[in-house]
Amino acid sequence: MKKQMITSMLSAALCLAPQVEASPVKVGMITTLSGGGSGLGVDVRDGFMLAVNNANNSDLEIIIEDDGRKPSLAVQIADKMIQKDKVDILTGIIWSNLAMAVVPSSVNQGILYLSPNAGPSALAGKGCNKNYFNVAWQNDNLHEAMGSYANGEEHQNSFILAPNYPAGKDALTGYKRFYQGQLAGELYTKLGQTDYAAEIAQIRASGADSVFFFLPGGMGISFMKQYSQAGMTIPLMGPAFSFDQGILQAVGKSALGVRNSSQWNKDIDNAANKTFVADFESAYGRLPSLYASQGYDTANLILSAMQSSDINDKDAFRAAIKSAQFDSVRGNFRFGNNQHPIQDIYVREVVMQGDVLTNKIIGVALKDHQDAYAADCAL
Amino acid sequence: MGAILLLEQCLNGLQLGIMLFLMAAGLTLIFGVMGLINLAHGSLYMIGAFACAAVASWTGSFTLGLVASVVCAAAAGALIEIGVMRRLYQRDHLDQVLATFALILISSEAMRWLFGSYPLYLDVPEMFYGAINLFGVLQYSRYRLFIIVLGLLTAVGIYLLINKTRIGMRIRAGAADRQMTAALGINISLIFTLVFALGAALAGFAGALVGSIQSVDIGMGEPVLILAFVVVVIGGIGSIRGALVGAIIVGMVDTLGRGYLPQLLQLILDPVFANTLGAALASIAIYLLMIIILIFKPKGLFPAHG
Repeated sequence: MKKQMITSMLSAALCLAPQVEASPVKVGMITTLSGGGSGLGVDVRDGFMLAVNNANNSDLEIIIEDDGRKPSLAVQIADKMIQKDKVDILTGIIWSNLAMAVVPSSVNQGILYLSPNAGPSALAGKGCNKNYFNVAWQNDNLHEAMGSYANGEEHQNSFILAPNYPAGKDALTGYKRFYQGQLAGELYTKLGQTDYAAEIAQIRASGADSVFFFLPGGMGISFMKQYSQAGMTIPLMGPAFSFDQGILQAVGKSALGVRNSSQWNKDIDNAANKTFVADFESAYGRLPSLYASQGYDTANLILSAMQSSDINDKDAFRAAIKSAQFDSVRGNFRFGNNQHPIQDIYVREVVMQGDVLTNKIIGVALKDHQDAYAADCAL
Repeated sequence: MGAILLLEQCLNGLQLGIMLFLMAAGLTLIFGVMGLINLAHGSLYMIGAFACAAVASWTGSFTLGLVASVVCAAAAGALIEIGVMRRLYQRDHLDQVLATFALILISSEAMRWLFGSYPLYLDVPEMFYGAINLFGVLQYSRYRLFIIVLGLLTAVGIYLLINKTRIGMRIRAGAADRQMTAALGINISLIFTLVFALGAALAGFAGALVGSIQSVDIGMGEPVLILAFVVVVIGGIGSIRGALVGAIIVGMVDTLGRGYLPQLLQLILDPVFANTLGAALASIAIYLLMIIILIFKPKGLFPAHG
């Protein structure tokens, strides 16, 4: 009895102590770990957990659940994590449609949301929120970079295509925002389409001097294989998503030489990135992808904020997150007013290293780039 | 130029149609003979593609990969029939849909467990790379031409099997009257297993052929399954001939719609709006077609049972 009293007095004393004794932080990760597209979620999780394990901070608790790429399931998990598990922070969602289903209601309940991937325009402009941070990019960014790059390459007549859904429209809008040449054609394909013979025939007949495409996941693999199998040689350009480490091997040599835009690559020269690439390879036995780097940065951002502030003081914690005092694997990283990144976006080329297809940075497409919606955000 | 592009698009449509036929043939056969709705048909397609990719990367031979796809899909089909389907023939269609939907989830996760979350690599053999000159004017993908030829041969093979062989006669008998066929001393449950395995083998074969020009990915079967159902409904449930005609119509409408609808609409509408509307119409064109056909022919183009 006496002993118990001493312990409780001790702990009370500890609580009252002026030194910042960090409260535990509970993070709920909702991501896609099964079914189609699970490679992306697995990479975000693995990158995130690598940073968490390296930090070995016992105050940080992570709960991970699989959304199966279903918006309704993601909403259920978010409700459970907020009400039952009492998480402080949510993260992990890969797809913009799932993010739109989960993020607005969560941040309105005072939960912080840090996006490691999806960056729909609806959350960047008028719909921005003090509790929402995007650690990856706003959806348009990589496409804008490719449009700017096409000008530099003096492409005059691009053929552009993307799936007929909101992120596809954002993609082509992003490209056209920076690209100054003519359009040889503009096509919206069916979401999930796997046969591109009709589109490739149109590209061949259009007289284009370059092709920009945004076809995430299996769609991009199908398109590139069919494009090269048809003997097409018009240069291809696209955002990093169709050329990332996870799927390059499935595309095979059809991807060689393709230029693509990314905010990260494994050859960016800084200490944090070198540690990340080496640790990731030794922990998981494969090369990290863009998604893994985003997961890793997200976890390190949370850890950095935990060091300087307490989660129970929401304003201070938000300020700590917004100051982004962490070593990003991308090098320079800061948040704009709408809490989306301001960062460099690179152009990469797909190369063969040994017998592994991978990317090499060949230049900077946009320096210190901020998204086009920031001005509409009241923050 | 316009005529050549049109010809190329027609060939593309034919190729898509042939692929859909391989899927739809199995589906319609299984429904026609056993009265079973098999949602897991897309999973057999996926199993074929994964088997082909795995064997092709181990052995370096695409031909062995194709053989493996047929064998694995047929084996999976036989296993599913014996293990699960047999219990469902007497049940309601809703039970069959539920059970086969469960099979989709199980096989997707099984593939992920076996091969990981990333798409697999499968390329067409070197000899089919590039284009071939047709009629002196048209450059057409060799591999797609190969698919067309192989698919047509398979269609002829199925026709001969069903219409000219003893086993085919028994299958037709089983479809016409199950009880009577069994009463005549024919082992009907063996016939069912065979038909299911045959349908599965066709799906696996299609998966392997298409896998090398698309992505070999978890969940790759579901979009094709939906198209195959459209084909089966248009063609008439249970009819192989209907499946062939339906598949080619769907392939043509889909490909030509994607190729020409936006341009055609631009003749009468504002270009930006025409583009958006064209893309939207092209993606629903086959469903519109299905509705129209069903209005005039509620049992499809070639109803199997009169």
